[in-house]
Amino acid sequence: MNINPIQIILVIFLWFALSRVILQFRLGQISPILFSFWAVIFTSAIFVVFLPNETTLLAQAVGIGRGVDLAVYASIVILFYLVFRIYVYIESVRHDITKLVRQIALENSPKQKIK
Amino acid sequence: MKTLIIVPAFNEGKSLAGVVTDLRSHGFKDIVVINDGSTDKTKEIAKKQHVILLHHLINRGLGAALGTGFEFAKRNNFDFIVTFDSDGQHKAKEIKSLLAPLFANTADVVIGKRILKTGQIPHSRKIMNFLANVATYAFFGIWTSDSQSGLRAFNKKAIASINIKADRMEVSSEFFREIQKNKLNLVEVPIEAVYTKYSMASSSQESLASVKMPIRLLLGQFRR
Repeated sequence: MNINPIQIILVIFLWFALSRVILQFRLGQISPILFSFWAVIFTSAIFVVFLPNETTLLAQAVGIGRGVDLAVYASIVILFYLVFRIYVYIESVRHDITKLVRQIALENSPKQKIK
Repeated sequence: MKTLIIVPAFNEGKSLAGVVTDLRSHGFKDIVVINDGSTDKTKEIAKKQHVILLHHLINRGLGAALGTGFEFAKRNNFDFIVTFDSDGQHKAKEIKSLLAPLFANTADVVIGKRILKTGQIPHSRKIMNFLANVATYAFFGIWTSDSQSGLRAFNKKAIASINIKADRMEVSSEFFREIQKNKLNLVEVPIEAVYTKYSMASSSQESLASVKMPIRLLLGQFRR
């Protein structure tokens, strides 16, 4: 099997990324579900980088010529969805901050006698 | 019957005193100013006006300020709410015509529809307002000629049922979602709007909000 320099570089980076995922899980920073998701992503990426020809079989099964094309299409779709989920999460955090600010404002309001 | 005037204010130190004076001169005593994290003298000026002052520690936006005002009204058992801009765009004398349908029990929500004279506002602002009306109709099925008007009145039924989630200027359109969801009776009343250089600059975000609004409203649907 001929290994290209780019494959080595990519695999080194992906191993590093996978190690960070494992570390964050051990530190309790990410949940088991999140750990599983990112572990599968990075492990699959290592597989695709090391064995691109194997992915061609999968690509042809879904009607695409090359495995790398399938990897790119799938990555784009997943990334767009992740960005959307991040936007929704940010909006939720903004809403929570507003709730806090409102509660502080209402609790600190002078006790007015409303006639 | 208690009526609360909600005046959201962000850096409106120049106009706030005049707005409060105008409201008081027309007999409105229960005025709550929500100082939305202003960095000018809005808070100090509001204190001098002896209004009910609610202070947001950081700026959260128009929707957040109105939400705080609504929550205050609910906690203090007000019968009617009027939202009133703090940039001097509205005239207090218009409030009477807004409240009339509520007192007559012919409406739950009244929106002041701004009647503008030719040349009073730029064409670009008119276009943006029209687009905002179209977006409001597309999202909520309610056609209004002024979805972004800040002069609104609500009765107790509306106050109890409306749940404001939007933080920023998309709240203007979100009211229509709540009206539709809670099957509230909506009436529009023509009002005169005052467009000065100051109020135009102060409300310049309105045009941009018309573009951002559909996106924020869509994201809000997915929020927990």
